[in-house]
Amino acid sequence: MTFSTKDGRIILQGYSERGKETMYDVIIIGAGVIGCSVARELSRYRLDIGVLEKEEDVCSGTSKANSGIVHAGFDAAPGSVKAKLNVEGNRMMPKLAEELDFDFKQNGSVVLCFDERDLGKLEELYQKGIENGVEGLRIVRGEEMREIEPEISDNVTALLYAPTGGIVCPFGLTIAMAENAATNGAEFHFQTEVTSIVPLENQEGYHIETNQGTFEAKIVVNAAGIYSDVFHNMVSEEKISITPRRGQYCLLDKKAGNLVKHTVFQLPTALGKGVLVTPTVHGNLMIGPTAEDILDKEDTATTADGLAEVAAKAGLSVKQIPRNMVITSFSGLRAHEKGDDFIIGEAADAPGFFDAAGIESPGLTSASAIGKWLAEQIGSKLEAEKKTDFCGRRRGIVRLAELSMEEQNQLIQKNPAYGNVVCRCETITEGEIVDAVHRPVGAKTLDGVKRRTRAGMGRCQAGFCTPRTMEILERELSMQALNICKNHEGSELLVGYPKES
Amino acid sequence: MENRKIVIIGGGPAGLAAAIAAKKAGVDDVLILERDVRLGGILNQCIHNGFGLHTFHEELTGPEYAERFIQEAKAYDVEAWLNTMVLSLSPDRQITAMNREKGVFVIQADAVILAMGCRERPRGALNIPGTRPAGIYSAGTAQRLVNMEGFMPGKEVVILGSGDIGLIMARRMTLEGANVKVVAELMPYSGGLKRNIVQCLDDYGIPLKLSHTVIEIHGKERVTGVTLAQVDERRRPIPGTEEFISCDTLLLSVGLIPENELSVQAGIWMEAATQGPQVDESLSTNLAGVFACGNVLHVHDLVDYVSEEAALAGSRAAAYVRKMCAQDTAKETLEKENTEMENAESILLHATDGVRYTVPKRIHLVQMGDKLTVRFRVADVYKDKAIHVYYDDRLVRRIPKRVMAPGEMESVVLLKKDLMQAEDVKNITFSIGD
Amino acid sequence: MEQRELICIGCPLGCALTVQMNQGEVISVSGNTCKRGDTYARKECVNPTRIVTSTVKVTGGELAMVSVKTREDVPKSQIQACMRALRGVSVPVPVHCGDVILENVAETGVDIIATKTVEKREGVL
Repeated sequence: MTFSTKDGRIILQGYSERGKETMYDVIIIGAGVIGCSVARELSRYRLDIGVLEKEEDVCSGTSKANSGIVHAGFDAAPGSVKAKLNVEGNRMMPKLAEELDFDFKQNGSVVLCFDERDLGKLEELYQKGIENGVEGLRIVRGEEMREIEPEISDNVTALLYAPTGGIVCPFGLTIAMAENAATNGAEFHFQTEVTSIVPLENQEGYHIETNQGTFEAKIVVNAAGIYSDVFHNMVSEEKISITPRRGQYCLLDKKAGNLVKHTVFQLPTALGKGVLVTPTVHGNLMIGPTAEDILDKEDTATTADGLAEVAAKAGLSVKQIPRNMVITSFSGLRAHEKGDDFIIGEAADAPGFFDAAGIESPGLTSASAIGKWLAEQIGSKLEAEKKTDFCGRRRGIVRLAELSMEEQNQLIQKNPAYGNVVCRCETITEGEIVDAVHRPVGAKTLDGVKRRTRAGMGRCQAGFCTPRTMEILERELSMQALNICKNHEGSELLVGYPKES
Repeated sequence: MENRKIVIIGGGPAGLAAAIAAKKAGVDDVLILERDVRLGGILNQCIHNGFGLHTFHEELTGPEYAERFIQEAKAYDVEAWLNTMVLSLSPDRQITAMNREKGVFVIQADAVILAMGCRERPRGALNIPGTRPAGIYSAGTAQRLVNMEGFMPGKEVVILGSGDIGLIMARRMTLEGANVKVVAELMPYSGGLKRNIVQCLDDYGIPLKLSHTVIEIHGKERVTGVTLAQVDERRRPIPGTEEFISCDTLLLSVGLIPENELSVQAGIWMEAATQGPQVDESLSTNLAGVFACGNVLHVHDLVDYVSEEAALAGSRAAAYVRKMCAQDTAKETLEKENTEMENAESILLHATDGVRYTVPKRIHLVQMGDKLTVRFRVADVYKDKAIHVYYDDRLVRRIPKRVMAPGEMESVVLLKKDLMQAEDVKNITFSIGD
Repeated sequence: MEQRELICIGCPLGCALTVQMNQGEVISVSGNTCKRGDTYARKECVNPTRIVTSTVKVTGGELAMVSVKTREDVPKSQIQACMRALRGVSVPVPVHCGDVILENVAETGVDIIATKTVEKREGVL
């Protein structure tokens, strides 16, 4: 697949095409949830912002494969950056979801304690939460536990209840922030992989080499997830090291989505760190993750042992997890830094180079707070003015299935493509897919369509809608069918025509 | 809201045969709602031959078989709305559907026939570990891409599962220029028809590895290979038997699942073994006036049996509608009658010892025709065994079979006069014995 | 004397057939349950044939491809030749089920016919 301009660079349609040696005020490396949040927050200022992403779309690394949890904030050590930004991010989420129109639900979370002897640990967690400023925390025992969460295991002796915990669609959140940033002028460069960063001679910025040409920026933001150590270490002598910590998950059919109401965590036991059982914001059930430190920053394979571990551990929390309802399994890599805290801010020995490194859980929750914090620092460093025409609101893709019959009919009358169901499992229409393709930072691939519309995320896992979605991409983007990719270049879905050999 | 006499959900082989039978039975108003651009359902992409041996005594391709039914439906003035997706069904037979022209609309049907067919089990359901690259397709998706859209989804192919679609696709991909390296089957026997093993694999020298499965998928962007391993009798991979096979495509033919989302949501009682509705001798579900047939009821091996079964559903739906009109009965009365019948004179059918299920699940003698075909599948491969039929505790029939296999549907015809003579039979049990 | 093992495809029973042959002639067939097994075995050993099915492009139609088949069986050895003959074949709409698409494919004396009706494409997707 190519979206190349004449010099071979990938650039968004509808945005100005820039030549080589493009100068930006700020370049953000990485279009995951952190990069997009920083881009959006920075787009409040009169600044030229570029986002460089090695993949073909936003939300393609750690941000796409995680628990989708909005953590309450009782986990992080009091006084840590993590603790502060988690609680702040959690508080920002409801308003942000309203402004940016993504799916979020404050379903509350519980932490299960299976052994009287571990009660002390549960109380510790409670104390940490109180110190971090988490509201509404309670330790619950006896009958009330089952009133809160009826299907929990009989072995549960106590639980910590956190009403401010929530669930969010990680794609929805990231894409919404990216779209809003783009609407406010940020430019996204995809399939653009940074190969080197060196300070400019005048020390007033950085020179960035990529596989798509050279960029220059006064400020660089390192939001490169599991690769954030690589970029940090290019400019700083205070080396950091990010270990990819793999987490494997199973996603279950919506029929199993009501098994639990809250996000159910486990207190760490003798068997190790627990897994969670949670409804997703779209009504599926998710179990996982494992926590395996690995060497390969690209190894997002699942393993038989990992998936078995997830199922076994999830079964400790909740009775009767219907394993035959698994519709897919996947794994993601968390960017684990050995100091166990977020590394956020300007690198001490590299002026103008801002890190957002080591962003593992609760990174998704903290993303909005991280973006805000970094944008404020960068804004003030550059003495940038705020725009008067910044538009912080973004409307998501209208989902036909969520409208009243009257609204549905108005929409179909206006645009008959909304009357054509493409994904049967999730009832996603052609109209929604066309919208996903043409909005800012639009979908260009099958996965891009899937993450924006949920077409192909249902129980048949795209068996039926794949050929139809491909037809729409072919038509709407004037592509050759053979060039349509699942995601990254090289993931072409078709290899040729019949009778060629 | 529109009122219609018989509305059929799905215009594949089941829906078409049901519609024709309903028309033949004298119902003037029969409407098919079909989500695809044309009638015929999955037959449109099943371009191979082998259809219709029982129905027409000749070998047709899937599209030809469909064409005969489409022409007959046209001749009978069956109305069909294409590109129309049914969104929901209520217990009192209100259908909410949608298309581009009409938008979202509701139809009140006197009778509904469920004929939605089935879908393929996806990779996720198997939980095969490894990466998630492009190049993993269910066999039916690949079939659509090759036969309908004219694209090759891969060149170096491994097929997991020896169900009929997998076997058929092994031949199709080979003929169209791909190299099919192996078909792996988890079970010690194939789930497909004998003729397909001979004509799709043996003809082309494609190896079939029984008791083998894919234990890992490799490749980041596109599939680069799979790890195949032999499994033991409990279907667990045997360490040391792993073998890497390079390929760019993995096709999955690992089972079909009746598409019963609408049925479940309407409150229809389901049968665990078939994942289809529980039905009686008239193929009526627990909801009065709602019938089911074809692959949505249970997955068939031959389309001929689908047509036969669907014709029964069509004629019984017609009888239901006629009764409703003739008596001009209020809905409640009819439903009350139904419940009474349910309680009074029904014979329960049981499947045990090697018989996985029966369709139907119960028989109301008063409504039973002279003959009733009971269809089922067996749980294992049986050689030189017999189907046993018990009326309550009494063995009344023993039908010897040279071979029975899970991939092939079995049937037993029950005669009404036998059941009448037997007097007061409450249970009929089907099992495999000597 | 030579012996060939076949699986009968006459019906779902799939009888395991044993064919005794002598210099290309069938001497005896055993293992069959019915006459069809005997007939199948004799034909399969002496003159195996198949129906070949495939698709060809159709221009301007509601579908991109139209399914086709050999009207009758062709020798099994001619399957690949039939496929090669179909390479690059394209037909305009309308195509009706039964229309001849290619006469005397690969000199087999058998025509390729359409197995599907494809009408003209309307303005919609």
